[in-house]
Amino acid sequence: MNDEIRNVLREHARLPVDALTLDATADLYQAGMTSHASVNVMLALEDHFDIEFPDSMLTRGVFESISSIAAALKELQVRAAA
Amino acid sequence: MSVAVDRDASFLQAIRHVADEVAAPNADEVDRQARFPSETLAALRAEQALSAFIPTELGGGGVSFQALAEACTHLGRRCGASAMVFAMHQIQIVTIVRHLENASWFEAYLRDVVDEQRLVASVTSEVGTGGDMGRSVAAVDAASDGTCRFEKQAPTVSYGEHADDLLTTLRRAPDAEPGDQVLALTRSEQTTLEPAGTWDPLGMRGTCSPGFVVQAEFMPEQILPTPFPRVSVESMVPVSHILWSHLWLGIASDAFERARAFVRAAAKRSPGQPPASAQRLSHLMSELSLLRAEVASALHEFVEASHEPSRERLSTMAAILRFNNLKIAASEQAPRVCQSAMGVCGIMGFKNDTPFSVGRHLRDTMSASLMVANERIHQTNASLLLIAKEV
Repeated sequence: MNDEIRNVLREHARLPVDALTLDATADLYQAGMTSHASVNVMLALEDHFDIEFPDSMLTRGVFESISSIAAALKELQVRAAA
Repeated sequence: MSVAVDRDASFLQAIRHVADEVAAPNADEVDRQARFPSETLAALRAEQALSAFIPTELGGGGVSFQALAEACTHLGRRCGASAMVFAMHQIQIVTIVRHLENASWFEAYLRDVVDEQRLVASVTSEVGTGGDMGRSVAAVDAASDGTCRFEKQAPTVSYGEHADDLLTTLRRAPDAEPGDQVLALTRSEQTTLEPAGTWDPLGMRGTCSPGFVVQAEFMPEQILPTPFPRVSVESMVPVSHILWSHLWLGIASDAFERARAFVRAAAKRSPGQPPASAQRLSHLMSELSLLRAEVASALHEFVEASHEPSRERLSTMAAILRFNNLKIAASEQAPRVCQSAMGVCGIMGFKNDTPFSVGRHLRDTMSASLMVANERIHQTNASLLLIAKEV
């Protein structure tokens, strides 16, 4: 899942570094993701994983790193399966 | 609980006294000469009002956020510029208090604010960022001896020359990205301000907010522990929008009161025949009540969300949109109310030297849509609306 997220980031986060080389715990905002770019990342993640982030997950903390995004996606997948 | 209520009540009584007895009689001169409302600030200091929101454990007044907001409205009724200086100072204090995280330097600093009634200004806008507070050019530059420094080109620093200390947004380090920001608090003796530009604006003239080149040397512990992006969504932005809109409401309320006084005077002159302006006053009242409702509900929602153990709700997009909308709505509605009040008072409202003058009110509230430009906020909202679900 982390690599899929990295691909989405590479396409949409407009980072000055290559998203494929990012550590899973690296702070994406510190890496240069703007709030505007983060919205595009959220839209692209919803599209790619065919999910919808509820409002409670649309916070800065959830999109702070690859691992926090992965945790949110997993939670949504568990909820969908339940 | 009742102790807290008493604290709020006596604080607001003191504020009303300062507003009526000091801010009001000086308001026209402050406006005409574009000078700092020093008498008001001296009176606020005498009442310990600059440290009103600081917790009692640190020696402060321990008043509620609601009381602070109401204070902005009271001051706004009497002198828009005094209210804006008070509000801007409180925004910095509230921000520090909400993000203290036991940082001992900041705790000691707040005690100094209590003892010395120090006035804090903010340096958030910057040349080269296109008005985006979420980006900085200037950076914290740490020297090998452990001290830090920065130089920042600020297009406006509200009451910069009159402030004791400055709270400044900066990039975390010279190689940090524009959005990787921190807040640094520097004291006057650590800071130099070189004026860059003049101050002769249409309204809010007493805030004395020209541009400056700001330079400072300070210690690393003067950087607030919480990164600015979090401080911004949880505190600085919603608090700014709430306190500003409360003072705009105060200005608009006084414009309404002047219009009402005008209509009553007209009614007394021709008893038994309602003056033509009475109906316009009724229209004006409904305009004002819209503004009042928006301001009150935003305050209520913010206080509710702040009481939750983590302030997670404030960083949701729905919350960001909510407090952005407060800013847009209040900043557009307040000058509308003032202009309608001028319509009621006619030439008596247009003239600057009658009891019904509302020119200053109109000019002061016209600044509202420009300080953090509404179009920039719309731009942010437009992008958040693409992804937020319930708004």
